[in-house]
Amino acid sequence: MSPQLFQIICFYAFGIVAVISALMVISMRNSVHAVLSLVLTFFSVACLWLLAQAEFLGIALVVVYVGAVMVLFLFVVMMLDINHERLREGFIKYLPVGIVVAAVMLVELLALIGVKAMHANTMGPDPAAAQGLSNTAWLGQAMYTQFLLPFEIAALILTVGVIAAVVLTLRHRTGTKQQNPGDQVRVEATRRVRIVKMEAERRQQESQS
Amino acid sequence: MAADIWLVLWTLIKILCIVLPLVISVAMYVWWERKVIGWMHARMGPNKVGPAGLLQAFADVVKLLIKEVIVPTSSNKFLFFLAPLLGLVPALAAWAVVPFDQGLVLANINAGVLYLLAMTSLGVYGIILAGWASNSRYALLGAMRSAAQVISYELAMGMAIVCVLVLAGSLNLTAIVDAQKGAGILDWFMWPLLPVFVIYFISGVAETNRAPFDVAEGESEIVAGFHVEYSGSAFALFFLAEYANMILVSFLASVLFCGGWLSPFPASWGFIGAGGWWWLFVKAFLFAFLFLWFRASFPRYRYDQIMRLGWKVFIPITIVWVLVAGCLKYFGWVTVGA
Repeated sequence: MSPQLFQIICFYAFGIVAVISALMVISMRNSVHAVLSLVLTFFSVACLWLLAQAEFLGIALVVVYVGAVMVLFLFVVMMLDINHERLREGFIKYLPVGIVVAAVMLVELLALIGVKAMHANTMGPDPAAAQGLSNTAWLGQAMYTQFLLPFEIAALILTVGVIAAVVLTLRHRTGTKQQNPGDQVRVEATRRVRIVKMEAERRQQESQS
Repeated sequence: MAADIWLVLWTLIKILCIVLPLVISVAMYVWWERKVIGWMHARMGPNKVGPAGLLQAFADVVKLLIKEVIVPTSSNKFLFFLAPLLGLVPALAAWAVVPFDQGLVLANINAGVLYLLAMTSLGVYGIILAGWASNSRYALLGAMRSAAQVISYELAMGMAIVCVLVLAGSLNLTAIVDAQKGAGILDWFMWPLLPVFVIYFISGVAETNRAPFDVAEGESEIVAGFHVEYSGSAFALFFLAEYANMILVSFLASVLFCGGWLSPFPASWGFIGAGGWWWLFVKAFLFAFLFLWFRASFPRYRYDQIMRLGWKVFIPITIVWVLVAGCLKYFGWVTVGA
C-alpha cells in the first residue's frame, strides 16, 4: 500500500469519526455522553491536524481542550441532574430558526470556498519543511517575530477575560472564617498552651483521717 | 506489502518489549512498596509467599483476576467498564516517547514532551468517569476532588516543563538529555532549575493521586473514592494504571532534570563515567522510592491546603522561574550541551 493512499484512507476515517461524534454531541440524551462525544470530536480533529503536518497545533488541541477544558465541562455536567424528557421540549418550536441559521452558515461557507477557488490560492509547500525546521520551531519563530503584535494582543485580551471572570464572581461575604497559613506556621507553643504548676492535692477523707 | 506487515510486526514486538517489563516492574514495585512501608512501620511486610514475599504481588494479581466483577445497580454499564481502560491506555501510551538510552526509544518524535503532557492529562478521564458511572456518592466525591486537583497541578507541571524547554531549546526528549551533557552531575538541569525541579516532582505526586495528595481516594473520609465500587480485574486495571503512572513520573523526572541515561561522573572516569540505560534506571528507582517514602512519612493534605499549595505557591514560583530560565539562557549563564 502506498503511503499516499494510506494517508487518504486515514483522512477519511478520522473525518467520518469527527462528523459522527459531532452529530452525537447534539443528539445524545445523556449530557455526560454528549460531553464525551465532544471529546472524541476534538480528538479526531487533532488527528486530522497531525495528518496535515501541524503536529504542534494537533497535540496542543489535545492538551488544552481535551485535557483541561473538557474536564472542567464534565466536572460541571456531572453535577447536573437533568430530566431527559424535558430536554426535547421546544424542539419543534425552535426548528425553523435553527434551519435558517444552518442555511445561512452553509451559504457563507460555500461563498468562502468559491472565493478561495476563484483566487486559485493553493497552499504552497510546507514552510517549516522548506526551512528545514521542525513544525514547532517554525511556529515559534513566526509567532515571536512576524506576528509578535497580534500574539501579544491576543494574550492581553485573554488576561482581561480572566480578570473579568474573577471580578464578576468575586463576592465578599461577611462572617466567613479564614485561615492564615503564615500565622499557622509561625505559631509557638506558648501562645496555645499555658502550663500551670501547682501542688498535688490530697482527697478530703485522707486529709481528715 | 510484505515490508509493511513486517514493520507492523516489528513495532508490535518493540511495544511488547516495553509493556511487559513495565507490568512486571509494577508488580515488583508494589512488593517493594509494601516492604518499605512495613519497615518504616517496624513491621515485616509480605514475607510468606515465595522468597522474602517476592511472589506476593503475583498472588494478588491472580486473586484479583479470578474475583467477580460486581456492577452496581443503576450504574452506567458502558462507562463503568470503559473508565478503567481510559485510565490505563494513556498510562501505557505515554511510554512510546520515553528514551531509555541514546537512540533506544520507540518513537523519537519532535514534540515528545508535548505528547507526554497530552497523554498524562488524558488519564484523569478514567477517574472522573469511574466516579460518575458508579452511581455512588463517595465515588462521585472522589472524582470531583481528583478533577480539581489534577487540573491545578497540571498547570504547575506544565510551567516547570517550560523551564526545561527554554534551557534545552527542544521538545524532543533525546535532545533534552543531550543538552545536559558535560562534566557529569553538575551539568544537569536540576541545579539551575532547582525550585522548579522540586515543584515538578511534587506536582507529579499530586497528579498520580498519591499520598500525601490522595484525597481522591481518602480511605478515612470517602472510603476509597472513585474506585469504591470496582472489584476484581476492573480494580486491577486502575491499580496498574496508577503504578505505571508513578513509574512514568519517576522516569520523566530523571530524563528532564537529572540527565536521563548520562553518568553523574565525568567521562574521564572510565567505566562509571560512561552513560547507559542503567543510570536512568538507578535514577528512576530513587524517585520511585521517594513516592513510597512520602506515603509512609506524611499525613494527608486537606483539600483547601492542596488548592492553596498548587495555585498560590507553585504556579507563581514556576512563572517567575520561567523568566529566570530565560535570563540564564539569554545571558549564557548555563552551558547547554557538551
